[in-house]
Amino acid sequence: MSQPFRLNKEGLINRNKKISFTFNGKKLFGYEGDTIASALIANGIHLVGRSFKYHRPRGFFGAGVEEPNAKLQVEFNGHSEPNVNATEMELVEGLSATSQNCWPSVNFDIGAINNFLKMFFPAGFYYKTFMWPKSFWYKIYEPFIRKAAGLGVASIEKDKERYEHKFEYCDLLVTGSGPSGLASAYAAAKNGAKVILAEDKPRFGGTLLTDDVSIDNLSGKDWAEKIISELKSMPNVTVKNRSQVFGYYDHNMLVMFERVSDHLEKKSKFTPRQRLWYIRAKETILSTGSIERPIVFGNNDTPGIFLSAAAKEYMKVYGVLVGKKPLIFTNNDSAYETALEFKKNNVEPIILDTREEHSSELIDEAKSKGIDIRFSHGVIVANGYKKVKSAKIGKLNKDKNSFEKIETVDCDCICVSGFWTPSVHLASQSGNKLKYEEKIDAFIPDKKKQHETSVGAANGSFTLEESLKNGFENGSNLSAKITDTKTEIAIPNVNEKKYGAHDKFWCMPLPKNENPKRFVDFQNDVSVSDIEIALREGYRSIEHVKRYTTLGMATDQGRTSNLNGLQLVSNIENKIVPEVGHTTFRPPFTPITIGTIVGREVGMEYMPTRKTPMHEWHEKNNAVFVDAGAWKRPRYYKQGNETLFEASKREAKNVRENVGICDVTTLGKIDIKGPDAAEFLNRVYTNAWMKLPVGKARYGLMLREDGIVMDDGTTTRISENHYHMTTTTAQAANVLSHLEYYLQIVWPELNVNVVSTTEQWAGAAIAGPKSRDMLSKLYPDLDVSNDALPFMGYKEAEFFGVPSRIFRISFSGELAYEINVKSDHGMFMWEKMMEVGKQFGNQPYGTEALSTLRIEMGHVAGPELDGRTIPSDVSLNGLVSKKKDFIGKNSLGREAFNVESRQKIVGLIPIDRKSSIPEGSHIVQDQNAKLPNPKLGHVSSSCWSVENNNPFSLAIMKDGKNMIGKKFFAVSPLKNKSIEVEVISSHYVDPEGKRVRS
Amino acid sequence: MLYIKCPYCGLRAQKEFSYGGDATVKRPNINEEVSSEDWDNFVYMRKSPRGKHLELWQHIAGCRQWIKVQRDTATHEIFQTAKVTEEIR
Repeated sequence: MSQPFRLNKEGLINRNKKISFTFNGKKLFGYEGDTIASALIANGIHLVGRSFKYHRPRGFFGAGVEEPNAKLQVEFNGHSEPNVNATEMELVEGLSATSQNCWPSVNFDIGAINNFLKMFFPAGFYYKTFMWPKSFWYKIYEPFIRKAAGLGVASIEKDKERYEHKFEYCDLLVTGSGPSGLASAYAAAKNGAKVILAEDKPRFGGTLLTDDVSIDNLSGKDWAEKIISELKSMPNVTVKNRSQVFGYYDHNMLVMFERVSDHLEKKSKFTPRQRLWYIRAKETILSTGSIERPIVFGNNDTPGIFLSAAAKEYMKVYGVLVGKKPLIFTNNDSAYETALEFKKNNVEPIILDTREEHSSELIDEAKSKGIDIRFSHGVIVANGYKKVKSAKIGKLNKDKNSFEKIETVDCDCICVSGFWTPSVHLASQSGNKLKYEEKIDAFIPDKKKQHETSVGAANGSFTLEESLKNGFENGSNLSAKITDTKTEIAIPNVNEKKYGAHDKFWCMPLPKNENPKRFVDFQNDVSVSDIEIALREGYRSIEHVKRYTTLGMATDQGRTSNLNGLQLVSNIENKIVPEVGHTTFRPPFTPITIGTIVGREVGMEYMPTRKTPMHEWHEKNNAVFVDAGAWKRPRYYKQGNETLFEASKREAKNVRENVGICDVTTLGKIDIKGPDAAEFLNRVYTNAWMKLPVGKARYGLMLREDGIVMDDGTTTRISENHYHMTTTTAQAANVLSHLEYYLQIVWPELNVNVVSTTEQWAGAAIAGPKSRDMLSKLYPDLDVSNDALPFMGYKEAEFFGVPSRIFRISFSGELAYEINVKSDHGMFMWEKMMEVGKQFGNQPYGTEALSTLRIEMGHVAGPELDGRTIPSDVSLNGLVSKKKDFIGKNSLGREAFNVESRQKIVGLIPIDRKSSIPEGSHIVQDQNAKLPNPKLGHVSSSCWSVENNNPFSLAIMKDGKNMIGKKFFAVSPLKNKSIEVEVISSHYVDPEGKRVRS
Repeated sequence: MLYIKCPYCGLRAQKEFSYGGDATVKRPNINEEVSSEDWDNFVYMRKSPRGKHLELWQHIAGCRQWIKVQRDTATHEIFQTAKVTEEIR
């Protein structure tokens, strides 16, 4: 079980704790603190995946978020996740990782034939090849591309993990804990500001963990530890590792993705897997650092080729060698540090430096250590298929466009450095237009758009001294503005190596007659020739080139490819990079899980559940519930093996014959008070309200300003200046906002107040011919005769000792009452009603029976008031006052609302008196007509009429008033039904409304 | 997510508000004659400017007050918020 590439002592891993895992079925081990990547490299494994398009062998390239290749399917803690970045995922016991996008295996992948057919897969290949015939797209091309070019496989299992959302506010958010981030956070914390410091990696410190520097005579790592432990001890500071700030949104809101427990072996049931933080920061420090970019050369995607800083990180953080015969290929001094680190670990590197022979602190040190340095040299092409075996290297001429000498050297890895690119993603997302900094050949933030300040390497300052100074100053100044406190902090003494100038060189030329692939974007397999083709074919805008070639479009968002792509385009176009511009940076900076976005809003927590005070009774009595907005309403009460159809028929029939009670708590209730309440109602409703006496209810209809019916309901005058309005369950919230709009904005002169009282009252409807008998037993001391409590009457009385309101209103069309008591008494009321109602044959009824009752009576509800109907469409024009003005009145005069053949509500019965008509059916003249068959109307509500014992439906039909007696077909392609129907009046039962007044 | 200063409650997240359209639209007076054209303009016609826009929002998950918000439709910058009874210059 030896690990051939693990160093004996270097690194920050815990060598006392071995962790076993599998890769493509092979059992391996690593240490606590390893990533999947570092553990695999320690085991000498580099081939981990196949490329997107050509299925070329791919290995690790980076050591963190910049990694374009090593995306694995990972199974752990009982779930399987695709596209996991092996360089970020920490090793946990029992983890099992497999390669993606290869078949049958990563070692032998049939798809690799694409690599040999690559002349047929140029840029825009998909667009050119799969254009025609059009019908081939869904059935042939698309599935083929999906299969050939997929990434991982999403799990189809339900995600059992817990995810959370958190809302946080702070004075200063610091994104990244490198030197500048630590300094900013520290200075702000000392000024008493509320600070959040976020670090993406498990370890704090950023480059301080890998650079050979000292601060106040402490090593970088020790200094970082000291600052972090001090920050952690301060109550005004929150320090978070494994937390990536991935998005910068409007008004200084940033979103952070915290990996809470993926690295833990054991966790409690309530520990979330990941947490999404919505952070509203007064000021933001963007200390996101920089990412090394590669130099482009032939076969530069071969496994064993790394960014030079990544190679150093593997040595210093994980104690792992990426190879034992390294070539270091660079255009700047930073790669010399990698070379020196190899040397320290007794590995002999060769440095190929594209610059001419010169001297700097680092070059001199490398020379003094006896490292083989070859100036004006570079790698032309890497040899080896599944792993680098050697490299053809060349001595560049003075113009660096051809070679003076070419030779082949053996190597097992190539560490490449093409200088540094500031991570400006968050700055750009904040709205900051970036500017091109010639000195570093990269974009840096320009003028602020929000409260963001980029510091350190993210702002293009690549020295430690500058970064720290930058951090302390900005952290202090920004926080002092908020806290009004300024604590002086001495800027520490720094010891670091001085870098010489870098070489503005980014792509190796090719010798004549050689044409290996030179990749710019590894993750999407975009090569130099692809970009050349795109430009040759006339694509000019960098955004178009991006889309045509897919350059920078993959999950790594072009972190290592972006600038090289821009350089290439500007070279071909003979422009400079700032003229070409850059593509848009969009959140998220790194991929995040869907689970985190969803958070706790799944299953029962998807939305709040509203239950009436009688809910428990319904549950105990076999109610089957239906969702009405957030409410749970009993749909029917199941007896024995009854179906929905049987139960609702029984319940509705019992209301028509005896008496039934229905929980109507969910109806919207609005209390309206004030001396101008009557005038207000008169403006809100279409009918007249000025003369409604105290103790009476009235049915009202309200419109939107465009004349469409908004809602209906009854409103009762409780006392002189006090009204009780009811709305439909669904429209309750909208109606309240509507009333508030008119009171606050349009007619502020009206002295009226409105407030929702839906939750304050429990309501039960008592309906049926025996309801008065039942009521008299519920209120033995009250005169409930037709004279004392007529239709639309209202009384207040004690209900077995509790105060109650009695409304004589009816939705079912039967003689009916509605009793309201305070919510706390709801259950008491319901149980009393069940007890007293027994002798009258009372049964509870649900919404299905309620619908049946109102449909056969021709009472309209939501399906008819669907946002497209005006009062006359639903035969409610009798409620529209001609004398007074009201909301929406002017619109009723519109021409289209008054044409002769305007739609109108009608009733439908099937000719066979048996076939139920599906809701949503279209009404047509000829069921066999050629499509599109002209539609004459639609079926809005359907029921089984318990009164007439046959199906009955309501429909909205063109020229409805002239259709009575005619025959049509109701066609439902969804249910595959066509039913011959006859048009009748919408009032199928008791058209004169005698029962409600009886 | 926008950060909107309710003149009654202070700075609150957009989640607490609901959008209510152009605040400069004035409803024709009740009980007064209005031409079809004026009425149609009131009901249907809205400007969709790029830049400064005076709009109504309701603090539905807060004090339930309708408020005025002057916002840039392109950048989302909020210049000013006010009670509906106040003028925004």
